[in-house]
Amino acid sequence: MSHIFRVGNCAGFSGDRLDAPIPVVDTLVRSGGPAAIFFEVLGERTVALAQLARRQDPQQGYEPMLERLVAPILGTCFRNNIPILGNFGAANPPAAARLIAKIARRLGHDDLRIAVVAGDDVRGHIDLGGLEPHEADAGLEGDANACIAANAYLGAASLVQALHEGANVVVAGRTSDPALAIAPIVHHFGFSIDDWDRMAGAAAAGHLLECGSQVCGGTFWDPGPKVVPDPADIGFPIAEIDDEGVLTITKAENTGGLVDERTVKEQLLYELHDPANYITPDVVVDISQVRVAQCGTDRVRVEGVRGRPAPSDLKVTACYQGRWLGEGEITVAGMNALRRARETADVLLERLRRRKLDVRARADLIGIASVHDNDAGDLWRGFNGTPPDEIRVRLAVEGSNADDVEQAAREVLALLCCGAAGSGGARWRVTPRILTKSFLVPRERVPTSVSVRPARELA
Amino acid sequence: METIIELPLYAIAHSRAGDKGNRTNISLIPYRPEAYRLLSDQVTEERVLALFKHRGATRCRRYDLPRLAAFNFVIDDALEGGVNGSLNVDGHGKTQSFRLLSLKVTLPRSSAEGFVGPSLSVEDFMRTEE
Repeated sequence: MSHIFRVGNCAGFSGDRLDAPIPVVDTLVRSGGPAAIFFEVLGERTVALAQLARRQDPQQGYEPMLERLVAPILGTCFRNNIPILGNFGAANPPAAARLIAKIARRLGHDDLRIAVVAGDDVRGHIDLGGLEPHEADAGLEGDANACIAANAYLGAASLVQALHEGANVVVAGRTSDPALAIAPIVHHFGFSIDDWDRMAGAAAAGHLLECGSQVCGGTFWDPGPKVVPDPADIGFPIAEIDDEGVLTITKAENTGGLVDERTVKEQLLYELHDPANYITPDVVVDISQVRVAQCGTDRVRVEGVRGRPAPSDLKVTACYQGRWLGEGEITVAGMNALRRARETADVLLERLRRRKLDVRARADLIGIASVHDNDAGDLWRGFNGTPPDEIRVRLAVEGSNADDVEQAAREVLALLCCGAAGSGGARWRVTPRILTKSFLVPRERVPTSVSVRPARELA
Repeated sequence: METIIELPLYAIAHSRAGDKGNRTNISLIPYRPEAYRLLSDQVTEERVLALFKHRGATRCRRYDLPRLAAFNFVIDDALEGGVNGSLNVDGHGKTQSFRLLSLKVTLPRSSAEGFVGPSLSVEDFMRTEE
């Protein structure tokens, strides 16, 4: 019987199901073997929203659902020696650590050790102005946009150090998503961080797990060809790694969802470009020769992952204040709905023209064509099929003048009295947008630090 | 005489879309590995680019994974600026996988039965043909 280490994922994004962690932790406890869990809750723009929250209140700026995610499993994990890692520190890891310490003390676990990983936040430390952008949003107006956040995607090294120092919970801000799984695997097996194939296997485990339920039937189920048991309770994933580095993907017991070759293939390629060059801060992963094989119910073995040396640069993503987004929607229903919907869209666009509002605009006919369409509405304008009985007309506008954007969105509201017959259910809103720009920065310019303290000392 | 029929990719393959800025990647995975060759022959970079041309797509690259029996399409400028700039209600382009699955392929009627996904039948797609 080979020796197995398990890593469970308990969240794949900020906004994920809050009841996911308990079955994962219960499964790991029942397995009786060594294990760790991680939470991945930091999307590209999430850290900017967190920085804005921290500006409003210096005690905020971490994952808003942190207490609800962690409190139900913190004590069980501590008593069973299952470390918890997460990028839930977002823009304020020290404040997140204080909250976790408070929960730990409430549970009577004053000895629970909490690590704070620092160094990812490079805003003000690195002059990004002189660097060539790596990836940038269209419409980013250079220095005219105020920089809200700039964070480097850290690798696993500082997370491993935190575990070496006995951390029960590791609170990070921006890390690469796979690093949250790589770290406990490296820490457990103790292989060298330049053992590239082992590192690549660990990174593949992280990649497959980082989106939570997406490898267990989430973003997958399609009644008919892709039936997933109980999509209302999809179990979150667990990776098993043995001492040879063999990787098996499975999921929490007593839950819905499924793990099969199809779910693993979809997630393996998710957000990947060249499969032979998946770049992480810790290793360049080559999955081009990977094979997957079902090896039991809800168990899929992944073989053939190869690795090459880690890149010398780290990716830094900066977030800037963008323009304003205004949206409004109204439904038309019943006979002749398509003609009324088309005219409603045209009337809205005409209103913006007549009022000379300084916005870029688009109209959608939800139910006819929207997500697959373009700004000109070529698909819904050219539609000649059988129309549905109800169509939701959507107006979206963008501009740098907040008032013009709001006035444009309110045109949808005005249709409650001025609109077509049989139209109702108007909603509108205005939200600020965030733009991103990425840079490559030599890793030696991004020093990191780790501080590990018991809950009793973190007040 | 072999009857040749037309099927949407949806009948024989599944797919997932992801985003990075204004670039989307869309996997294409046949339910049966035997259909890999058919997809390789017919789902070309040019045809996939044409599907997203109306949204401004400029380039499509196909990565073949024969051992996995899967393809990865990477399409540049297909997301109308991406999640931070697009006016699309789905700025991430998560739903674009199903646009790819609407693409038609032609195949002999006799092999179609062996390629279709679980609980799908060739007749269902032929009925909606005309």
